[in-house]
Amino acid sequence: MNQTLRALLDTVRALTGDDAYERYLLRHQGLHPDLPALTPSEFYASEVERRYSGVARCC
Amino acid sequence: MTGRLGYHAGMNTRTRLPWLWILVALIGAFSLAQVAVFRGETVNAAWLLAAAVCIYLLAYRFYAAWIAAKVLCIDPTRATPAERLDNGRDFVTTHRWVVFGHHFAAIAGPGPLIGPTLAAQFGYLPGTLWILAGGVLGGAVQDMVVLFLSTRRDGRSIGQMARDELGNVGGAAALVGTFLIMLILIAVLGLVVVNAMKHSPWATSTVAATIPIALVVGLYLRYLRPGRVLEGTAIGLVLLALAVLGGGWVSTHETLAPLFDHDALPLAGGVIVYGFAAAVLPVWLLLAPRDYLSTFVKLGTVLLLAVCIAVLRPEIHMPAVTQFVDGSGPIFGGKLFPFVFITIACGAISGFHSLISSGTTPKLIASEADIRLVGYGSMLLESLVAVMALTAATVLEPGVYFAINSPAGVVGADLTQAVATISGWGFPVTAAQMQGLAEQMGEATLLSRTGGAPSLAVGMASILSAAFGGGLLALWYHFAIMFEAVFILTTLDAGTRVGRFMLQDMLGNVVPALGRTSWYPSVLLCSALVVAGWGYFLYVGVIDPNGGVNILWPLFGISNQMLASIALAVATGTLVRTGKGRFVWITALPLAWLATITTWAAGQKLFSEDPRVGFLAAARDLADKLAAGVLPPEKAAVAPQLIFNQQLDAVLTTLFVCVLWTVIAAMLLGVQRHLAGTCTRASSEASYVRTRLAGPGAISQ
Repeated sequence: MNQTLRALLDTVRALTGDDAYERYLLRHQGLHPDLPALTPSEFYASEVERRYSGVARCC
Repeated sequence: MTGRLGYHAGMNTRTRLPWLWILVALIGAFSLAQVAVFRGETVNAAWLLAAAVCIYLLAYRFYAAWIAAKVLCIDPTRATPAERLDNGRDFVTTHRWVVFGHHFAAIAGPGPLIGPTLAAQFGYLPGTLWILAGGVLGGAVQDMVVLFLSTRRDGRSIGQMARDELGNVGGAAALVGTFLIMLILIAVLGLVVVNAMKHSPWATSTVAATIPIALVVGLYLRYLRPGRVLEGTAIGLVLLALAVLGGGWVSTHETLAPLFDHDALPLAGGVIVYGFAAAVLPVWLLLAPRDYLSTFVKLGTVLLLAVCIAVLRPEIHMPAVTQFVDGSGPIFGGKLFPFVFITIACGAISGFHSLISSGTTPKLIASEADIRLVGYGSMLLESLVAVMALTAATVLEPGVYFAINSPAGVVGADLTQAVATISGWGFPVTAAQMQGLAEQMGEATLLSRTGGAPSLAVGMASILSAAFGGGLLALWYHFAIMFEAVFILTTLDAGTRVGRFMLQDMLGNVVPALGRTSWYPSVLLCSALVVAGWGYFLYVGVIDPNGGVNILWPLFGISNQMLASIALAVATGTLVRTGKGRFVWITALPLAWLATITTWAAGQKLFSEDPRVGFLAAARDLADKLAAGVLPPEKAAVAPQLIFNQQLDAVLTTLFVCVLWTVIAAMLLGVQRHLAGTCTRASSEASYVRTRLAGPGAISQ
């Protein structure tokens, strides 16, 4: 039961982008651990900027 | 393990469970017969829903699976752009249900709610049949094929693919077409919101409150708890609920209520100022948080409505077909053929989707095997939303439906006169009934609240209220208005921003400095130009005594179907050039159908002698009346602007038809060259790389 709830929460977090920073950190540390990572706030601002620079919503 | 391979798993199901699919087919056929053939006094909405769901299941299981396997030759061993070009940002391999969620949230806007509501003037049957047939044979095929083509081409946008496939002319046509459709879409959506807020302190104060709520959530997500989307959204949703409740309090407050009680014109001014502010403010402050809220509210409400319709099984009171199929309808002029196909674009086939299916979603697809679910499946769900909107409109008493949706210019602004006119059409409704309904919904009046949002809100409120034991109608009504307004305004913000990027891109060719997307003077100038563009149409729509929606919505429909034709032309040309010529009908037939009805509708809008249908006839009619001095002074004052607008609409319609046929001609020329062997254009498909991801690739190793 606990596992199911966990999986559900993970899915909801992935759907909403709630876990975006964690995924970014993981990837960043894997690729270039020597470089400083963006702070959560910087990352969030640049992420929404990217997301809304194209057609994000339809009619 | 085989579950990953959608169509292989499907083959097993077919051999193991043929009876299950036979059962689905039988239920579907029986339900459809209830809806279309054996209709008695009233038909239950449950049959509509059952017919729709069975048709979607069959189409997804057989038609979509066949297209995926035989026409597109989906190859799960092939690495997708998300895997090959992974950059952790826009290119990311993502679980297919997460991609499905993103894609559906992106494609499903207010369109599938408004179009079917307006088209209900023809009765429930024409709209239903078009939504079902158009959805499974047209819209879903378009979305899936475009998604597939873009996935095979490193996530290229439909504009880029049009340039590759149809040459520079096709590419330019796609860009200009997209820009214009954006302006018209935003204007008509703005008009819908304005009509819902007109002289309604409750609706206006609730919608106004969504702005500071979005700002609070934006600041929370940026500074307090950066990126904690779930927390921020939860706070926002609680505040939104309070805003709906608070609106009720405001509407009865002596000093506050007049502050939010406005005519359409100042409200339109407010929407225009808001649109400009939202376009130039940082995205994280207003646009992004509003979008989070609207996505949650949208998905939650649609789900809630589906459950309530399934549980309540309301009776449909609208006749299957009304007398307005002859073109005399009060909500918009024009015969059933071709106007039902123009009025319902989103929900059946929407060209706009091709902008999401290319460019954005393909960069998230982890395996080609997911393309059927994401492309075809999401569109089926949007189609179901359209069926529910149609249900919510048709469960209303037809007299009430027409009283809410008919513009004052047609039925008269006086309640007694309006209900007499509508009752005279054979849809009985009384003044007391309309007053009682308005009181129940917490509004001063519901007469001539055109645009579809208020009548949908009344329908939703009666369904939702009944499902929760009755009562609280006013609260549900304003919740529904808030729900529609929130994501209409999101489309308005996001659309203005995208329009600005497009304009900067186009102007950058002439003045390079303007093409720098982050140069603030260019941002301000281009945003102002885009806002002025849609603001103009919104302004004319507001001053038009016929409500404006009857002009703007067909124009939007024509432009959206034109965009769909561009996408289908790209798909058709590509299918032929990649050796799939014998299956080309899967996109060529929808294209032929769309080209026919769009040209037909545009022809009527241009050349019809009926001033309620033809733009030029309306301009002439108004000019004659103005010259003869028979117009009342308030109409005579705005007549010159209305005449100019009708002429401008005629020019735009002509432009859309020209773009449509230019693109089709470019596609046919390319096909002819390919067949003659004189085409030298190389395929833009990325070459095969085997996937390294665990799953489909691993299975076949």
